[in-house]
Amino acid sequence: MKDISSVLEQRLNSSGIKKRRKFRAFKDIFARYGIAVGGMGVIVAITLIFFYLLYEVVPLFKSATLETSSSFSLPSELATGQNLALITEEQNEQAAVLTNQGQLVFFSTQDGTEKARHQLPLGEASITSIKEKTPSDANLMVGLSNGEVLAVTTRFQVQYNQQGERGGIKPTVTPLFNTSPLQLDPLQRAIQQVTYQKLHDGFLVAGLVKQGEVVLTKVEQRTNFITGAFVETLKPLTFPSQTNYQRLLIAPEARYIFALTANGQLDVYNAQNINAIVLDHSVQLTLANQQVTQMVFQLGQQSLLIGDNQGQVSQWFMVRNEHNQQRLTHIRTLKLGDAPIAILEAEQRRKGFVAIDTTGRAGVFNTTAEKKALDLQLLTDSKPALISLAPRASMLLVQDNQGVVHNFAIDNQHPETSLKSLWGKVWYEGYEEPEYTWQSSSASTEFEPKFSLTPLAFGTLKAAFYAMLLSVPLAVCGAMYTAYFMAPAVRNKVKPVIELMEALPTVILGFFAGLFLAPFMESHLTGVFALLVIMPLGILTFAFAWAQLPANIRQRVPESWHLVLVIPLVVFLSWFSFAMSQPLEIWFFAGDMRNWLTNDLGIPFDQRNAMVVGFAMGFAVIPTIYSIAEDALYGVPKSLSHGSLALGATTWQTLVRVVLPTASPGIFSAVMIGMGRAVGETMIVLMATGNTAIMNANIFEGMRTLAANIAVEMGESAVGSSHYRVLFLAALVLFLFTFVVNTLAEIVRQRLRKKYSSL
Amino acid sequence: MQISLKDWVRSGSPWIWLSASAVAISVVLVLGLLGVVASRGLVHFWPATLQEYTYTQDQDLQIQVLGEQVQREEVTAEQIRNSGIAVPEGVDLLGRQLIKVGNRDVYGSDFRWALENQLSNLNYPVYATSFERREQGNFYGFILAIKDKGQLVAEQEKGSNQLWPAVVERIEQTRLIQDQIEDLEKGAIGAINYQLEQLRLDKRRLELKGEDTPENLAELQAKRASFQTDYALLETELRALYQSLATSSLLVVTADGQTKEINFSTIVRAYQPNNMSLGQKIGHYFAKLWEFVSDDPREANTEGGIFPAIFGTVMMVLIMSVLVTPFGVVTAVYLREYARQGFITRVIRIAVNNLASVPSIVYGVFGLGFFVYFIGGNLDKIFYPEAAPAPTFGTPGLLWASLTLALLTLPVVIVATEEGLSRIPRSVREGSLALGATKLETLWRIVIPMASPAMMTGVILAVARAAGEVAPLMLVGVVKLAPNLPMDMNAPFLHLERKFMHLGFHIYDVGFQSPNVEAARPLVYATALMLVVVIAVLNLTAISLRNRLREKYRALDM
Repeated sequence: MKDISSVLEQRLNSSGIKKRRKFRAFKDIFARYGIAVGGMGVIVAITLIFFYLLYEVVPLFKSATLETSSSFSLPSELATGQNLALITEEQNEQAAVLTNQGQLVFFSTQDGTEKARHQLPLGEASITSIKEKTPSDANLMVGLSNGEVLAVTTRFQVQYNQQGERGGIKPTVTPLFNTSPLQLDPLQRAIQQVTYQKLHDGFLVAGLVKQGEVVLTKVEQRTNFITGAFVETLKPLTFPSQTNYQRLLIAPEARYIFALTANGQLDVYNAQNINAIVLDHSVQLTLANQQVTQMVFQLGQQSLLIGDNQGQVSQWFMVRNEHNQQRLTHIRTLKLGDAPIAILEAEQRRKGFVAIDTTGRAGVFNTTAEKKALDLQLLTDSKPALISLAPRASMLLVQDNQGVVHNFAIDNQHPETSLKSLWGKVWYEGYEEPEYTWQSSSASTEFEPKFSLTPLAFGTLKAAFYAMLLSVPLAVCGAMYTAYFMAPAVRNKVKPVIELMEALPTVILGFFAGLFLAPFMESHLTGVFALLVIMPLGILTFAFAWAQLPANIRQRVPESWHLVLVIPLVVFLSWFSFAMSQPLEIWFFAGDMRNWLTNDLGIPFDQRNAMVVGFAMGFAVIPTIYSIAEDALYGVPKSLSHGSLALGATTWQTLVRVVLPTASPGIFSAVMIGMGRAVGETMIVLMATGNTAIMNANIFEGMRTLAANIAVEMGESAVGSSHYRVLFLAALVLFLFTFVVNTLAEIVRQRLRKKYSSL
Repeated sequence: MQISLKDWVRSGSPWIWLSASAVAISVVLVLGLLGVVASRGLVHFWPATLQEYTYTQDQDLQIQVLGEQVQREEVTAEQIRNSGIAVPEGVDLLGRQLIKVGNRDVYGSDFRWALENQLSNLNYPVYATSFERREQGNFYGFILAIKDKGQLVAEQEKGSNQLWPAVVERIEQTRLIQDQIEDLEKGAIGAINYQLEQLRLDKRRLELKGEDTPENLAELQAKRASFQTDYALLETELRALYQSLATSSLLVVTADGQTKEINFSTIVRAYQPNNMSLGQKIGHYFAKLWEFVSDDPREANTEGGIFPAIFGTVMMVLIMSVLVTPFGVVTAVYLREYARQGFITRVIRIAVNNLASVPSIVYGVFGLGFFVYFIGGNLDKIFYPEAAPAPTFGTPGLLWASLTLALLTLPVVIVATEEGLSRIPRSVREGSLALGATKLETLWRIVIPMASPAMMTGVILAVARAAGEVAPLMLVGVVKLAPNLPMDMNAPFLHLERKFMHLGFHIYDVGFQSPNVEAARPLVYATALMLVVVIAVLNLTAISLRNRLREKYRALDM
């Protein structure tokens, strides 16, 4: 025996077999790690979805950053105290300072090398005032000591050589008016403040002279279209008041003139008719202990930004009040610090601004989002004297009180998004009250995108609600009947049919709803509502009549086969309801129910509305709820129902009192999963509604859902823009919502399964 | 009375009936939807009878109308009155017909609603002819004469039909020429254009690498010159074909007496529906059906076939299943066979389950951001700098669409495979291990073959879901009209970066973005039917496979 076993052992341990065994073990281990790596990899890939969405969304909520990129001194004649303004250009390469001698000096923003120089023709006079900066306006205007005004346009042109390679930037300075200088004050008093506004036929130039008196001149420019000659005429205008004003601003097209008094009162003059300017109303901008220190226009020149001596900047614009009058209204206040606001400059592309107070503390704000993107002390041992925010708001050039120029790079990608602007009511420029609005693009360049996700979330829930209204009763009742009453032979036919329903592509349901159901429901509106009444009544009547039949007939079709009777009945009742649609409409609604709804009840009616969506999406959700609820009900141990029946309960009592409570967590999770599906459904809503982002629950109007919005807008949003990231946020919200709902449902289901196994 | 109302209600019987009706309603809804789609989709190909009416708009204006009746409905007189049309008192209901009158170039639009009380003298002119044209939709009218190079060749009286055989013959001839033109344009000329574009990219690549030496450039130039000579030859051939097309035309007259000249080259097909026998109609039906599945779309997708959409869908689904199957199966095997069962695997399982119900649009957003812009953008920078600034992979395309859908259907495959693995009895595995097989051998030889039907089920379900999914595809690669198929005779044959057409998106696009929705409607129904059939067949296969599998292992368990 020993021999055999040792021979066997020898044979089995021969080197060939050993090698083979080693190879097998190696393969086994290799596969083990390979599969583990593969499996884990896939799971990681799946979680990547969440993290990637998050990664795209996070920049929306990051605050801005600011970094010093260079500092340099300018030649001594350009030192501070003598400079009036600092301007920058699109490419962040060149800047210019205007000295009080009327020298416009262009220099590099990197090292201060002088690039060009231009002398304004001051003559004998000296500069007494300079126009405040207005967003996206490249003109400089100065008021002179002899009552004259000089205005120039500066342009920066990128130069290309013959090979098409980019060279430097060449600045050009041209006078704005043919008449230069322009005599604004006929009495030749010094201009203490100057401003202008473009009109459709020229410019309106305004200034303050001694004692805050307003002087106005219209520069009318016209091209004679026969001779082609350009004619410029000056028309001095009269201003209706002699009040001592401190500052002046003119609204676009000179609709209004804003004049500020020393005690913080702003007089709004109506200048629609430029020859008869009248005081429209007055507004107190500040409280008793506050003073206005700065007043500028925001981008679009609709809003006034008012800086005060307590570190606050408030936004005001014209709003129509209840008496249908336009009134300058306080919209919101943003706070920088406690020191007075010294410098205020609006961004040129967005509704934002930079404010700097007397202590040198600087803030970058966005008005719509009510967000302070940045708040810091710009310079450590000097104070900013002049600033210029580059057109793309990516560079801030500061000259301090010692004449040194500092170049800061600003990274402020998404100032317009904050939790409040995404979810709360926002008072947008030109709106009469704060509103939830989604409007991501428009034809106008001064348009401000409005990113409120609230109407979209509301639309999503509205669509889901109407879908659930149809699907929950049908699916749950259907599941109860299928699980508890139906004969197995029928069940084997019915379940696949309903499962097939789940597999139907939603694009087909959407197209069916949009192209067939919506017009059909519109023309058979009465029939749809008749169906709601006729269907249950008809079935109950039939059932009661059935109960009256002699027993031998009834017993031929037992309870478990009732479905066979009900299907033709349902078909008949539906047909009957729609056939009755028009007679009923003539009878009750004078022949036109739509007209009755809109004119008599005042309910707006869209053809593609929530009712159609509810129907189509309900249809899509029925199978999901049905099959999970049916599983839960079918899984209730038979011993429970048998016990109940044995105690004398009827089948219905057993179902309602015993089976249903036991399976209720399962039904709950079925409804939750159905809801998750309805919330994320895209194609049906896209095709069966008008996709307007409205906030009302009217069943006869449409909605725009988060998912449909993504499908519509994703393709046209620029990569990395706020719009793009907000759409990612919408996707993340959908992801999280469905994930949470489904996880809850799944946990409930697992608990239930455990419970069943213990029963 | 056998049972009183009160007792009947107390017995709970009414509720049972109502819940039975809930099932019935669901079943009726499914069958009704399928019925409507099928009936409307299938009817489209049948040659519709042409009807001629006298249409009386008011007493002075009477015109003859010839067309197909598309739809008929009853409306209340009040609705008509509210839309501003006078209806005599005492009338409550009115019939209204939608008539396809065709002749878009003559009438301005090819559909017309007419109240039945305005229609009279209905008749079916035997020789009324329907012309399907390449542009401007159908033309309905009567043949008057044939012209060659502007000269009348043959004429006929209205009401006679002796020219019909000649017309049919000429249409057939021009069709042959058209086919040749198409072959040339898509085949040889398309290939040359592709090669020329490749040469341009080669040149750019050399420039970028700094290898644009005179020799290399001369070589490229020589190649280009040879292609250009080929091109010139083909072009003369093409021009000759086009010239031969333009010569003969047909003079036709509409029902209201306007004459119109139609060039034969613009006619796709002509038929006289009122003059066709049943056999001819059936023949026509199948010819149209074949055209539908095998031809390119015409006229902004509202006419012609859907072949590129079918092809695109199939390609995408194939690539997707190649990607999803191995990964899905490996993950399921890992979760079921290798990972230690516990809290973590439970969490993973729940997560995988839930991913199946994450809205598909979310996958689309992920695909666009991650695959297209992130991965695709970087691939372009590394491998295709010569094509810049035009993106190669950094733009939505077939590969990204397939990858996105693979990710979307991954949970389906994982869940189905896991279910299959869990149904294999322990005893089978233990038997194999006891005989000395390693775990891998058990898996490879015993477990996976037994679970393969479950995997098949998973893949089929995944394919069915992918074929019907539209929302994510709108973001990652589907277009309304792709100039080229994603697979052709130009190396490397399979062009993963190309955009493609898709059945589901085709439905959305033609039904909702089309300028002429009414004309497109039958085609949308037909496309929808096509998609439903494909998906229903796939699903039923999966269901029956699953059931068979269950039966098989139930026997094993015994």
